[in-house]
Amino acid sequence: MTRNDQQGARRRPGSAIAAPMQTIIAVSGLCKTYASGFQALKSVSLDIHQGEIFALLGPNGAGKTTLISIICGIVQATSGSVRVGGHDIVAGYRAARSLIGLVPQELTTDAFESVWATVSFSRGLFGRRESPQYLEKLLRDLSLWERRESRIRTLSGGMKRRLLIAKALSHEPQVLFLDEPTAGVDVNLRRDMWQLVRTLQASGVTIILTTHYIDEAEEMADRIGVISKGELILVEEKAELMRQLGRKRLTLQLQQPLPAIPPALAAHRLERSHDGSEITYTYDTQGEGGGILALLEDLSAAGIAFRDLQTTQSSLEEIFVDLVKDER
Amino acid sequence: MNLPAMRAIYLFEMARTRRTLLQSIVSPVISTSLYFVVFGAAIGSRIDEIDGVSYGAFIVPGLIMLSVLTQSVANASFGIFFPRFTGTIYELLSAPLSYLEIAASYVGAAATKSIILGLIILATAALFVPLRIEHPLWMLLFLLLTALSFSLLGFIIGIWADNFEKLQLVPMLVITPLTFLGGSFYSISMLPPIWQTVSLFNPVVYLVSGFRWSFHGVADVSVAVSLAMTLAFLAIFLAIVSWIFRTGYRLRS
Repeated sequence: MTRNDQQGARRRPGSAIAAPMQTIIAVSGLCKTYASGFQALKSVSLDIHQGEIFALLGPNGAGKTTLISIICGIVQATSGSVRVGGHDIVAGYRAARSLIGLVPQELTTDAFESVWATVSFSRGLFGRRESPQYLEKLLRDLSLWERRESRIRTLSGGMKRRLLIAKALSHEPQVLFLDEPTAGVDVNLRRDMWQLVRTLQASGVTIILTTHYIDEAEEMADRIGVISKGELILVEEKAELMRQLGRKRLTLQLQQPLPAIPPALAAHRLERSHDGSEITYTYDTQGEGGGILALLEDLSAAGIAFRDLQTTQSSLEEIFVDLVKDER
Repeated sequence: MNLPAMRAIYLFEMARTRRTLLQSIVSPVISTSLYFVVFGAAIGSRIDEIDGVSYGAFIVPGLIMLSVLTQSVANASFGIFFPRFTGTIYELLSAPLSYLEIAASYVGAAATKSIILGLIILATAALFVPLRIEHPLWMLLFLLLTALSFSLLGFIIGIWADNFEKLQLVPMLVITPLTFLGGSFYSISMLPPIWQTVSLFNPVVYLVSGFRWSFHGVADVSVAVSLAMTLAFLAIFLAIVSWIFRTGYRLRS
């Protein structure tokens, strides 16, 4: 399922016609084995579409950061290839890296530099001409303009996180990697960060983020990839993923407590609450409700009446846990 | 060539020198001045001329070399070690820069600082002793080649070291003793024959000797040999840096 939709089309919200997706990053058969013998990536293949927000999920040590680090040029791949904007990351590393901005997971900064000096340095490092106007706009957008002369060590954690984003955007990249962008930040800052990412996407930047916060992926991503033990076990549109793998739960609050599930209802695999006042039926969303009708008919036939009902749908987190659990 | 990127690194490193002026410039100048006071004025006044040169003037090239060697290594090693230590190396490695451009930027900045420092010490020495430079162009060439070679060595140490202790290890345990024993304060012809032979295995002897020749026209070893040795150091350190870059040693896992 990893490449099944790569040449496909995606329907944008509000768009009547499906537009063909352009690939901006093409990863093919990527393997990485570290000197210790640890195999961090096992033949990973993946295409990232231009302009999308792609969330890479996976438990610790799954290979997320290794994958990002190889694409960005920080780690050498053992085998396989990566093209960014059509440029091979080894043969055409200058052109490929010029397109990429990276926000690392750790708050790694030059503590003694000023905000302005460090973003100017980052822009220069990527070979871009000086542009005080662009950097000013960038710092204003990230609420750092007032602190432009401050030493980085005097900034709060949230400001440092925003500064790392400013550094990554200083050379106007087309692709932005955010490695755990909201790790350790408060709720308000997370919301601000999500808004910023959406703004960047609207300006045409492709965003690849790794996250431990499933709700973050659920909130923002267009597509989701799940990596586990160095293998990309799934790449799917978020909505399709939810539709395919999501489970719904129907909870019925009964008029009379049920001492036990009657044998006639065994086929529905109902769960009974400890006091018998509720029964829960779990079904997948592709069942289109057929199972519910049958259940309700069987309940009626068994003379079981209910006074209220409630449905819930699995979150991405539950889907993710199920997927990774299967891999273990 | 990504010249704007090289310029950015170079200026960034030079800005660090301005921020740490006390440590980078003032401190070596003061310690060198102390050497002049102790060896040049106090002890030197009781020492005979060496090869027709007063002792105070004789030690000037050696003292400049001492500072240039140690500061070249210190500046270049710290310049590349610090981003590795703090983690900001990710930005260098993900930038559209070749290894050659990275090395040239850091080594160029470190060598510039050392040359400036060497010239400041030279000016300081002129306050204490009457100075003459017989071959000024050769003096500048030796200064440049030495600063470049040992900045390359510093760059290698900065990549090899994985903690601050290792960063200090080579400068303290290798560079400084070799410089002191390399004829900075004496002519190796003043040593017993056996120690003269041993000294010829000390590479710093050739650097100091060639540099001293550019000042006073006298040398422990032939100037051609000194120049050849200096170029040999440059070639060896360039080869090691080239190997580091080819293999990604300690930079790209």
